[in-house]
Amino acid sequence: MSEIKSRPIWGKLEPAEQAAAHLVCAEGRGIEAVRAGFGGRDGLLAQATIVHMAPIGAGKPEGLGGAAYHPHPSRATALTAFRGHLARAKMGTQVHLAGSEAFLNEATTVASACGVVGDGLTTELCGPATRRVQCVHCKGMMDEVAVSPLACSHCGVNLTVRDHYSRRLGAFMGVCVDAEAPGVLPAASRL
Amino acid sequence: MSLAFDFSQTPSFFRDETFRGDFTFENSPEAIHRFPFPFDRDQYMYAVNIEQHMPGPPKSATVFPIDIDEHYVAEMADRAKVLADDPLRCQSLPHMITAEWDLLELLMTSMARDYPEWFSLERDGARWHWINRPLGIDQRFTFGDAATLPHGPMEYITRQCQGDFCLLDQRDDNLWLDAGIVTSQADWSLDFDLGMNFIEWHGPVPRAHDMGIFDRALKFLLNLQIGRPIRRLNWTMTINPRLDTSPENYHRWGIDRTTVTPENVGDKVHLRVELQALWRLPRSNAIVFSIRCYLIKMRELVSVPKWGRRLHRVLRDLPDDLADYKGMTHYRATTLDYLSRHDDGAPTSPGFFPD
Repeated sequence: MSEIKSRPIWGKLEPAEQAAAHLVCAEGRGIEAVRAGFGGRDGLLAQATIVHMAPIGAGKPEGLGGAAYHPHPSRATALTAFRGHLARAKMGTQVHLAGSEAFLNEATTVASACGVVGDGLTTELCGPATRRVQCVHCKGMMDEVAVSPLACSHCGVNLTVRDHYSRRLGAFMGVCVDAEAPGVLPAASRL
Repeated sequence: MSLAFDFSQTPSFFRDETFRGDFTFENSPEAIHRFPFPFDRDQYMYAVNIEQHMPGPPKSATVFPIDIDEHYVAEMADRAKVLADDPLRCQSLPHMITAEWDLLELLMTSMARDYPEWFSLERDGARWHWINRPLGIDQRFTFGDAATLPHGPMEYITRQCQGDFCLLDQRDDNLWLDAGIVTSQADWSLDFDLGMNFIEWHGPVPRAHDMGIFDRALKFLLNLQIGRPIRRLNWTMTINPRLDTSPENYHRWGIDRTTVTPENVGDKVHLRVELQALWRLPRSNAIVFSIRCYLIKMRELVSVPKWGRRLHRVLRDLPDDLADYKGMTHYRATTLDYLSRHDDGAPTSPGFFPD
């Protein structure tokens, strides 16, 4: 794991007893961190709204008590729904996010754009530590990047993933890797 | 503002030159003599080398708070081209509008006071009248009403002032890069860094975090006072007199670093010095961070014997990781070879200035 200063630090889901309500957005297996974080506390779950990126028809997972549960089939629809719930959220709502790094990259950007920061937000990394990367040349975004270097899926430039993260964009920076020696690429390595 | 500046209509002090394509940029002998050479001794290491932004010697780059020089008109033409290609080089988050007006006031009042033959500002309450003779601009507007200017206040005035500008918001004991115009940068992206705090946007700089440089600098800057601006010098090397060495275009200009030969090194390799200055702003409590770029060719630099000797010794002894960070890997040896022929081993006098 890199030690850069801009890289976000993920934690554990910690629903606060004194929060007026809880808004959860989880991706796939992230729901296991949600279940563990709430720990079967019915009082908290009764105040919770859970947006889950999960296959349609899979049904509500066990252990979520009286929480309102809304499955969505893709990350885009889940985040659109999450944004809608945020817009209606009342004062004192605590937000919880769980999923892959690329999901947390994008979801925290949605939350912070709505002013959710500090103790109002807890996060937990579940699943692959793949990164969301933006090509600095064409500005295209790529999800689930596991290996560097890679060819930009939008403009084709060979990129290295620079250890520099933007919370506003929810992405690491991808920069041309062979500008000074076209076609000469370093050995691929996992991020 | 037209992209095609008509140099025949501007006072002859300003050079007709380019920073791209045929790269006709050059320094006059006067510009070489006033170049802000950044090394006061024969070696370099990071330091929080901050000093008060007090008036320097007559004709020097720091004699006035905002320095306008012979490259002004050509640099503004280059900025207009960069912005036409990529408008994201100028961005401002919504809460920064008051700081934008603060910046416009700082620049207009400084330029009109220190260069009255080129700029004038008349103020009648909120009704302002700005004249920029070198660029042929005559603008009446209402201070505080952005609808009375053709661009937002920050973009409007910085299209008329040399140097990149960032506006830093202060909150949570940190500084946040929430607005800026950045078209002549040493390989960093405003679009990527916008919204970052001071520690985050310096993330990729090697060594300096462990040395505590940024923590100390931040503590200092949080206490910056109105009317007491500060400055520091930073440096790197650039191949060709290219102002727009952005990450956005690195896949186009990076190859230039491989084109240095013993025959062209004196003309192609440039020392790039940033005169960085910071001001506290009165209404917004934000900070202006200006990054004014000066370029000098190796051929021009060695015309000052002390600087030729000293730069040779600095580059020769620079740690490899710093040389890599500054992108010098491909042309360091060729440049050192050239400079070594201008270093007879004689002692150099202390301080920045020519003997």
